[in-house]
Amino acid sequence: MKLAYWMYAGPAHIGTLRVASSFKNVHAIMHAPLGDDYFNVMRSMLERERDFTPVTASVVDRNVLARGSQEKVVDNITRKDAEERPDLIVLTPTCTSSILQEDLQNFVERAQLEAKGDVMLADVNHYRVNELQAADRTLHQIVQFYIEKARKKGELPEGKTAKPSVNIIGISTLGFHNQHDCTELKRLMADLGIEVNAAIPEGASVHELKNLPRAWFNLCPYRELGLMAARYLEAEFGMPYVDITPMGVVETARCIRKIQQIVNAQGADVDYEEFINEQTLYVSQAAWFSRSIDCQNLTGKKAVVFGDNTHAAAITKILAREMGIHVVWAGTYCKYDADWFREQVSEYCDEVIITDDHGQIGDAIARVEPSAIFGTQMERHVGKRLNIPCGVIAAPIHIQNFPIGYKPFMGYEGTNQIADLVYNSFTLGMEDHLLEIFGGHDTKEVITKGISAESDLNWTREGVAELNKIPGFVRGKVKRNTEKFARERGIKDITVEVLYAAKEAVGA
Amino acid sequence: MTTAQPEALNFECETGNYHTFCPISCVAWLYQKIEDSFFLVIGTKTCGYFLQNAMGVMIFAEPRYAMAELEEGDISAQLNDYEELKRLCLQIKRDRNPSVIVWIGTCTTEIIKMDLEGLAPKLEGEIGIPIVVARANGLDYAFTQGEDTVLAAMATRCPDKVSVVEAEKNERNAIQKLLNFGKKKEEVAEEESEYVNHPPLVLFGSLPDPVVTQLTLELKKQGIKVSGWLPAKRFTELPVIEEGYYVAGVNPFLSRTATTLMRRRKCKLIGAPFPIGPDGTRAWIEKICSVFGITPQGLEEREAQIWEGLEEYVKLIRGKSVFFMGDNLLEVSLARFLVRCGMTVHEIGIPYMDKRYQAAELALLEKTCKEMGVPIPKIVEKPDNYNQVQRIYELKPDLVITGMAHANPLEARGINTKWSVEFTFAQIHGFTNARDILELVTRPLRRNNSLKDLGWDKLVKEEAKI
Repeated sequence: MKLAYWMYAGPAHIGTLRVASSFKNVHAIMHAPLGDDYFNVMRSMLERERDFTPVTASVVDRNVLARGSQEKVVDNITRKDAEERPDLIVLTPTCTSSILQEDLQNFVERAQLEAKGDVMLADVNHYRVNELQAADRTLHQIVQFYIEKARKKGELPEGKTAKPSVNIIGISTLGFHNQHDCTELKRLMADLGIEVNAAIPEGASVHELKNLPRAWFNLCPYRELGLMAARYLEAEFGMPYVDITPMGVVETARCIRKIQQIVNAQGADVDYEEFINEQTLYVSQAAWFSRSIDCQNLTGKKAVVFGDNTHAAAITKILAREMGIHVVWAGTYCKYDADWFREQVSEYCDEVIITDDHGQIGDAIARVEPSAIFGTQMERHVGKRLNIPCGVIAAPIHIQNFPIGYKPFMGYEGTNQIADLVYNSFTLGMEDHLLEIFGGHDTKEVITKGISAESDLNWTREGVAELNKIPGFVRGKVKRNTEKFARERGIKDITVEVLYAAKEAVGA
Repeated sequence: MTTAQPEALNFECETGNYHTFCPISCVAWLYQKIEDSFFLVIGTKTCGYFLQNAMGVMIFAEPRYAMAELEEGDISAQLNDYEELKRLCLQIKRDRNPSVIVWIGTCTTEIIKMDLEGLAPKLEGEIGIPIVVARANGLDYAFTQGEDTVLAAMATRCPDKVSVVEAEKNERNAIQKLLNFGKKKEEVAEEESEYVNHPPLVLFGSLPDPVVTQLTLELKKQGIKVSGWLPAKRFTELPVIEEGYYVAGVNPFLSRTATTLMRRRKCKLIGAPFPIGPDGTRAWIEKICSVFGITPQGLEEREAQIWEGLEEYVKLIRGKSVFFMGDNLLEVSLARFLVRCGMTVHEIGIPYMDKRYQAAELALLEKTCKEMGVPIPKIVEKPDNYNQVQRIYELKPDLVITGMAHANPLEARGINTKWSVEFTFAQIHGFTNARDILELVTRPLRRNNSLKDLGWDKLVKEEAKI
């Protein structure tokens, strides 16, 4: 048992649901108790999704505990198959079904006999993998399923596309700025003269999956999601993949050079150096920003970085290599992939921290007192408490991290966005200090607003006590309204009764 | 409308495939209500993830709740439950020193049959902090029923001897008297005589403190004294409950608590409609008065006056229709209030319907429908959200009260929605807060009034066929 207030990565089924519901016309059915369909709320709220989230539960209740699911799961699958005609139904186990140990595979096979669409069981164990690992596995599983299906039917297309082409693997729902990254990567590919053969799983149809081998190579922008599928495609079809995250000026260039090498090896003749040079020096503002006197002021400032592998590693490199900021420590909560992280960031920071304990991270922040934090929403709140500004760079995230404006983290526009994020975090911090030194913008205390400055009214002790129970941000308004009410009626003593009578009268 | 009006309430039961919050969410408001408590949810990452996301910013305010996250070793019993819980509870005692630790049992503890009720008394003796066990799990309960399981468990912890507690209170009063030095003696005596002589009344249900004050004052106007409230602000202040006390519920989802108070504490339950809306509040007070043989004073005028103040809101919804998808058990009371406001209710979805505990509320709903001349809605227990959405497409209600999973998709299809969870967290009880209910109910209508000329009603390209 572990005492926990907060977790960085969610439970396994969240990963499976993120991948399944990213595809078009794929439905997930969770084998779960009532209330575990919270995923739908998150998707509907955070992504402001206009469509119903294609996730339902086959509810585990007392009857299921006593007698097993029996026909229930099968019925729910065939019912959903008839109602929505999905291409694929993914039966998703949860922590509850992990311990019930029902033969879900058997249910899937029985349901498949009747269902028009495909049915599969997500192969994830709640107690062994987290959200990110489960997402990676599920994507691999679905890709493999449809490649094998096509192969069996002899429908696997032969050969490659005429022009160089790419599959972008790993864009998913509820991913940090994934939609914007996807758009930016597609633009980048268009600029490089590379066709996008497919982008999975977000917005893709499972019918497209059999065409994946037609691409010349795969691009996995995120370390956490897509690599398993890419490795599978490499093993099956000899498809090379690029796993360099194009985040930051240097890494974007490195990613493009790797792409160049891969497509040239397959007979293309491209030279992207000119493009990289043009973008770096004149299109993206980030390289110029590093040179400008603004950024000079950031030299040697202390920062700490924490997040998932992809973002924490990339941001660490950007801060240290491209902006001259002193990264005191960089950390990740992807413990299962810690070696990769260490290898990536070791030379760019003093210390590497691998943990999924937010308390330890909070302490580590307090210990070094950085000028800025780059982390998740949790670190933002630590920053608030310690009065240190924080830029959010990775999940877990809140609704404000799903902006509707265009805010990629990847590609050349991404470098601009990151420069803004970093710069704004630091200046705010400096401004704060200046304010502290000079005693604030406006030291004159506002005593009262409006009409009740010199009050002839008497608040009774109970009245004041009750008033103090009202949340601070509306208390002033309630007080003014109550006094106005009392004055109008010639009431001298304000009691609890008067307070609430006033509320009833004016809706204070 | 010339549709044949059903004569009586019509109950249906569907598949139970609906969206609601897990009952462990009750920790979010109960830890704030009971100030010296600590809630320990014994479950998995799934439970933790839900709490973390559902409670949003609250999680960062150093909440007095935490997960005891079960690991594989706990599931396969390689680790000793008792030792593990002891370790965590000692840590909690050291860090927070609460007056009570509430263990929330979850689906997992049910399935692996962890004997929390058995372990608690033993551990309680060892660490010296009361441990209350509530099984608020998704296998058995929905959303607000979580509070019901916690309060039912608390009910057994209420002191049963007035004498001991009173003595303590008198001691405290001595100091109080010193502090009240200037206060005239007559005033104190007068305070006592403000109340009619009636048997002790204890109210149950967790409400924000201002609402507690309001309802207490409302009863005081009738000369009724509230001897205590379950839960109180602190665990150490749980009310005395003796055999023969009267109890009344303030929320419709407290049936287990009511049962526990009746059967285990030998209390008499006053079955009344719930004080939600001015009509409900009046009926609630009247019922309590009638049990104590008191003739209510000025209630009718008070209700009329509240309605008058609500008119600007009521005119926005009068003649409009509403559909409750059902997820928090407040549905019947809210529907009854909205019918009184002049709305038509298509359907009342509800997770669970205790016809005995809600009997008076159901009767008032029926009566209200007849008086307002609208059809009596059907009550759908354990609804099926998919079927409900099909019915919503067909009925085109003016307002759908629903969970967040369906709200945005329905709005995108041009259907007004109100997020049901807000009714759980807003102050909706008593005369004073009737306005707040209508503020919530009319918000989508007011918002869409200001947008109505823009022609942006349907924002999805194509309705899914089939």
